[in-house]
Amino acid sequence: MVPISYYLVLSAILFGLGVVAFIFKRNIITIFMSIELMLNAVNLTFVAFSRALGKLDGQVFVFFVIVVAAAEAAVGLAIILLIARNQQSLNIERVNLLKL
Amino acid sequence: MSLELVLFFVLAAMAIGGAVSLILQRHPIHSALSLIVVMVALAGLYLLLGAEFIAAVQIIVYAGAIMVLFVFVIMLLNAGVEARTNVSRMARYVGLPLGFFLTVELAYWIAGGAGRQAPVSAGPTPTRELARMLFREFVFPFELTSILILIAILGAVVLAKKET
Repeated sequence: MVPISYYLVLSAILFGLGVVAFIFKRNIITIFMSIELMLNAVNLTFVAFSRALGKLDGQVFVFFVIVVAAAEAAVGLAIILLIARNQQSLNIERVNLLKL
Repeated sequence: MSLELVLFFVLAAMAIGGAVSLILQRHPIHSALSLIVVMVALAGLYLLLGAEFIAAVQIIVYAGAIMVLFVFVIMLLNAGVEARTNVSRMARYVGLPLGFFLTVELAYWIAGGAGRQAPVSAGPTPTRELARMLFREFVFPFELTSILILIAILGAVVLAKKET
């Protein structure tokens, strides 16, 4: 028997690593991947709680999160393609059009 | 130590190792492959939690479709090794401690708060129940996601087409 807190701590660690990757990486695609990592960490929490509480709502929500992640990946990668075409670079620091 | 616990620790080590590797690798392809390792490990954890359907969806949709899309775009753009920049001083001295603080804090409070909860019971979840729930109680959000996907496809096509 694995206590639920183990799953939650693992999920927190994965989420924290996702945040660190989001802050540290300089490549747009990798930053996008760290967002996926954070979504995955949240999914683990959903499934762990769904199991611990004996309800299936959590698993249904994981399903929705995966759908949203797929939609996000499609649109986000299209935006990345546009940025790469316009800037000739994937470095996040060269994408500063909105910077004052 | 039961087999379940051993499996949990192996899969957890795989997931954390993959996530750390995602941060340390400098080439986007290597980062993407590390992320696939994390997702496969998470699918194993879902199986351990008895969520078979979610594990299968994780492998098929996440590790299959979404990551293939990522790898495809990386190859298409011919993304090279990440450039080292010196602008990230702020990230190094403020972001890293804050990131680790967030991780430790989350882990600490979760471990303290949920430690008294009952252990996770084994046994698979019937997918039939999941389907019933999805198509009865959550049928409206389910239909909304189909519209979301449609809009996402339209958006991706409009964004990625060549400007005339």
